[in-house]
Amino acid sequence: MTDRVIVTMRGLTKRYGELVAVDHLDLDIYEGEVFGLLGPNGAGKTTTILMLLGLTEPSEGTVRVAGHDPTREPLAVKRLAGYLPDNVGFYEDMTGRENLRYTARLNRLPPAPAEERIAALLDSVGLGGDADRPVREYSRGMRQRLGLADALVKDPRLLILDEPTLGIDPEGVREVLALIVRLAREEKRTVLISSHLLHQIQEICDRVGIFVRGRLVDPGPISVPELVARGQSLDHIYLQYFQGGD
Amino acid sequence: MKPAAVQDTPRVTASWWDRIRQRTSSWSSGGLGVVCAKEIADHTTGIRFLILFLLVGITGLSSMYVGAQTIRDTVAQEDSPYVFLRLFTTSGTLPPFIAFVSFLGPLVGLAMGFDAIVGERNRGTLSRLLSQPIYRDDVINGKFLAGTAMLGWMMGSLGLLVAGLGLILTGVPPTGEEVVRVLAYLVVTVIYVAFWLALGILFSVIFRQAASSALAGIAIWLFFAVFARLLAGLIADTFFPVTQDAPVEVALRNARWQLALGRLSPTVLYEEAIITLLNPSIRTLGPILLEQVEGAIAGFLSPGQSLLLVWPHLVSLVALTAGVFAVAYYLFIRQEIRA
Repeated sequence: MTDRVIVTMRGLTKRYGELVAVDHLDLDIYEGEVFGLLGPNGAGKTTTILMLLGLTEPSEGTVRVAGHDPTREPLAVKRLAGYLPDNVGFYEDMTGRENLRYTARLNRLPPAPAEERIAALLDSVGLGGDADRPVREYSRGMRQRLGLADALVKDPRLLILDEPTLGIDPEGVREVLALIVRLAREEKRTVLISSHLLHQIQEICDRVGIFVRGRLVDPGPISVPELVARGQSLDHIYLQYFQGGD
Repeated sequence: MKPAAVQDTPRVTASWWDRIRQRTSSWSSGGLGVVCAKEIADHTTGIRFLILFLLVGITGLSSMYVGAQTIRDTVAQEDSPYVFLRLFTTSGTLPPFIAFVSFLGPLVGLAMGFDAIVGERNRGTLSRLLSQPIYRDDVINGKFLAGTAMLGWMMGSLGLLVAGLGLILTGVPPTGEEVVRVLAYLVVTVIYVAFWLALGILFSVIFRQAASSALAGIAIWLFFAVFARLLAGLIADTFFPVTQDAPVEVALRNARWQLALGRLSPTVLYEEAIITLLNPSIRTLGPILLEQVEGAIAGFLSPGQSLLLVWPHLVSLVALTAGVFAVAYYLFIRQEIRA
């Protein structure tokens, strides 16, 4: 892990009318780390991700992704960030390969290398044999893995995964997590992963930020190795906040 | 001081120029082209467009066939020019070709547009699509352009089919003037159907369910196709009742109001425009008094004069289409990706 910062958020706030979805968030994410956004549903995880990608405008505060402002230079940010949305969807009548090919074209990858890359990615997520079946025949877990391949088509420096293990069976979860770890460690990508599943986050993340009602709880991001060294687990910390809060 | 200022100027213009180039390169080789190509591929391989094409094609061609029979029976007796144009406008036991196209055109446009955005949203592909390095407007522009291209292709093929079959059935080749008029008719039809496509896309941006979007579109279609004209008559009659002994000014005013109110409907605009374009004997679209036609020599208008007569109609149709699309565009650009 290097100490170069890839994502900076300062005083980041998003309001939907009266509701404050994200409340003055200050956070740095370093190049090459796996950062977990942990929190209950509706804590502002997805909103934060959307602001990172320039898909929604912050009401207040700033975000920088590799020095770019997602609101003003969305294309620069979207070129370097791969995104797996929660409830990812595909064009059902197209095959897995065709869906990825569309993404490659939107990223203006030259056709021949793109084909090779798509084939390699499909193999690496275990969809090599199903690549030419229409997506409507895919199971939930297969879609999720295809989504991961899709986010990787553009060879992103920053990989943003929103609830990547939602709705897949335990075996599928293990596969997806192993894949994410491999991506981060071997290919040196920065991974930002949002989830509400403590054990998964603890298994694969370097640092974790716990979100409650749009705020990052004190004392800010928690280093997982340190936590483990102290003999604690995320459960303790997490429950502490929710029992204390409610 | 001075050299610095001199150095500064080209740098500023370069970045300005780069931005323009960046922008135009995204028009020509970027997201717009990719989205448009994908949408066209979807339309050509999908079942929906095939159904719409068959619907319009079969009804249109059968009505043309019936019309051609009528022409064959009567063409020998009457000494009438423009046989080729009459293939489009003659009704036999079925309404004429143009009536079918005019009635079904909105359905085609709406069917192609009603789920453009809401479909992507509900399938979960919209956020994935918009997280790619393309401008957000590339998505909606690409969809509209692809739809319009498909409409152009559809109307072009239909026009050629009618022309070809008509040629076989009647044996009368079209004159240059007739070709111009038919081309104008096809272009106006594409613009009119593109209006409904834009409306479909607008509803697909507004509504969160594809079914609501489709229903809203159909409601507007029925309103304009059926009720707008009745309503125009009703309003005109309320304000300017034409009784048995009403003076001629009132009758005239009633007719003018009815016409003006009717022309608020794109359907009326379109129908007036195409009738004029396809029928050279139509010389005016408003009410005229008997003394105005006194001494007028019966004759036909040249294509240019017909076009001039309906120019305001065409401008209004283009403006309506552009306006509706602009609203859809604006709403889509400002919209939250998440519900």
